[in-house]
Amino acid sequence: MLEQCEGSHAVAHAVAMCRPEVICAYPISPQTHIVEGLAERVRNGSLERCEFINVESEFAAMSVAIGASAAGARAYTATASQGLLFMAEAVYNASGLGLPIVMTVANRAIGAPINIWNDHTDSMAMRDAGWIQLFAESNQDALDLHIQAFRIAEELSLPVMVCMDGFILTHAFERVDMPEQEQVDRFLPPYEPRQVLDPDEPVSIGAMVGPEAFTEVRFLAHAKQLQALELLPLVAREFKQVFGREAGGLISGYRGHDADTIVVALGSVLGTIKDTIDELRDEGHRIGAVGITSFRPFPTAALRSALIHATRVVVVEKSFAVGIDGIVSRDVSMALRDRPQPVSAVVAGLGGRAITKSSLHRLFLDAMAGQLEPLTFLDLDSGIVNRVLDREKNQRRSGPVAEGILHDIGSVAARIG
Amino acid sequence: MFQVRIHGRGGQGVVTGAEMLSVAAFLGGKHAQAFPSFGSERTGAPVVAFCRIDSKPIRLREPIMAPDALIIQDPTLLHQVDVFSGVKSEGYILINTAKTFDALGIGDFVKGFRPERLLTVPATELALKHVGRPVPNAALLGAFAALGGVVTLDAVLAAIKTRFAGAVAQANIAAAAEAHRLVVDARRLAEAHHA
Repeated sequence: MLEQCEGSHAVAHAVAMCRPEVICAYPISPQTHIVEGLAERVRNGSLERCEFINVESEFAAMSVAIGASAAGARAYTATASQGLLFMAEAVYNASGLGLPIVMTVANRAIGAPINIWNDHTDSMAMRDAGWIQLFAESNQDALDLHIQAFRIAEELSLPVMVCMDGFILTHAFERVDMPEQEQVDRFLPPYEPRQVLDPDEPVSIGAMVGPEAFTEVRFLAHAKQLQALELLPLVAREFKQVFGREAGGLISGYRGHDADTIVVALGSVLGTIKDTIDELRDEGHRIGAVGITSFRPFPTAALRSALIHATRVVVVEKSFAVGIDGIVSRDVSMALRDRPQPVSAVVAGLGGRAITKSSLHRLFLDAMAGQLEPLTFLDLDSGIVNRVLDREKNQRRSGPVAEGILHDIGSVAARIG
Repeated sequence: MFQVRIHGRGGQGVVTGAEMLSVAAFLGGKHAQAFPSFGSERTGAPVVAFCRIDSKPIRLREPIMAPDALIIQDPTLLHQVDVFSGVKSEGYILINTAKTFDALGIGDFVKGFRPERLLTVPATELALKHVGRPVPNAALLGAFAALGGVVTLDAVLAAIKTRFAGAVAQANIAAAAEAHRLVVDARRLAEAHHA
């Protein structure tokens, strides 16, 4: 049924239809309306046979999810930003133990400086933690990916992180097609654990493994991720059979079949990129896009075949590895490692900076003219940067950087665009 | 695509207004996307919210920098925030005030605009009268429905009902309906005057 609602509401509804049995969350910032909506459903009885546990921190949230999942419950939690980092140790444990927890990450920047706005630094910090990471382009996508996430997690016995852009998606009201409970039940069978703490057949979960087998355990984790590369498209196909629409899988393409230039991105910025590509196509440019839905496992082969005919690749990403380069772009380069196409990294939208169509338009024209540097910071204000650098050159006690910048520019988040 | 930007202050229902506008457009069979400017969730602080309306799915995620319509929930912002940034001369401007554009000191600024697209409505007074609190958003949406063919009053009233229940819904509906009536009457008067 079509509904006009907030992204967080849509996800809460989708998660509830997946019949989770334990939801644990730390209820204050950085948190979204998702767990608030789920807590209401548990309290008013519309989400049956589910326990909502208010925990004392994000570390506890993931720890409780681990315990619940090990005891055989379908477990869900959500977090963002510093919350994800605070639970980091338990995030690694969840995947190391092979527990099929589903977690929403409402992507936000990581401080310092304090910044509550959207970028992908939080999820990217956990990219090597052994979780499957799926990125949503729209609220419909986020809703659909959550339903697929439980299915994927439980089939592989691996945790899945569904990443959706904080605020840009979580707080946006837009149209979603809300599935029927009957469809979700048909797609997602009850949880049948591969391992469970059962008093009738006692086992321990979480034994120590020494040097004689630790490499093998890690190799198996890698093999499991490679299995996911096979599974994700199958789950997406079955999803389409039940729900009648495309969602999930490894990557998605847009007007790329004859494109010389292909833009690669993940998350909600793909929408703005597609609108920009339409404009450039109207002007006669052969440009297209590829969206990465599954960032972990990384769809190396699928990307390679999608990009192989392009003459250049531009990766637009909301994160970067300080001291080296882009993060997504390095993985894309790996997929093309023996190919001549240049892969440019464009870091954009950090800490909530708007990624506008006009900036992308300019950027893509530069790229097509061969004028793009290997690493570009979109709309970088060099005035701000140079004032700080000058201060540091001229004064020993140059002071805290963020405070100095605020002094220079005057206010926080005052611009519209 | 029709793009609306709403300016107000924290506590005046700016974000809720944009969301209800998107619901009204959705109920009218259109695609709509509403979202707030983030990070200023403090009572009294300037707040901006956005609503895009289109006949096809909306993919664009940038803030609305060149709005087709502006709704200004708090006229004290006129001289504090660049509320008119990017607005087109054929755009609509709806201000919550009992004063005229001239009395607000922006008569010169709107000289090039089409007069029938410039509108004021005392939405806070209407909200106080019907709702008992200074939350002008529903009344402004009622007035906005009278401006053009973007959303109907019926859709606005239905959208209010999706957001509020019981007496609060009825009070907001009354405020929206009266604001709508005021605008329709004022336009009829202006047209008669013109004829």
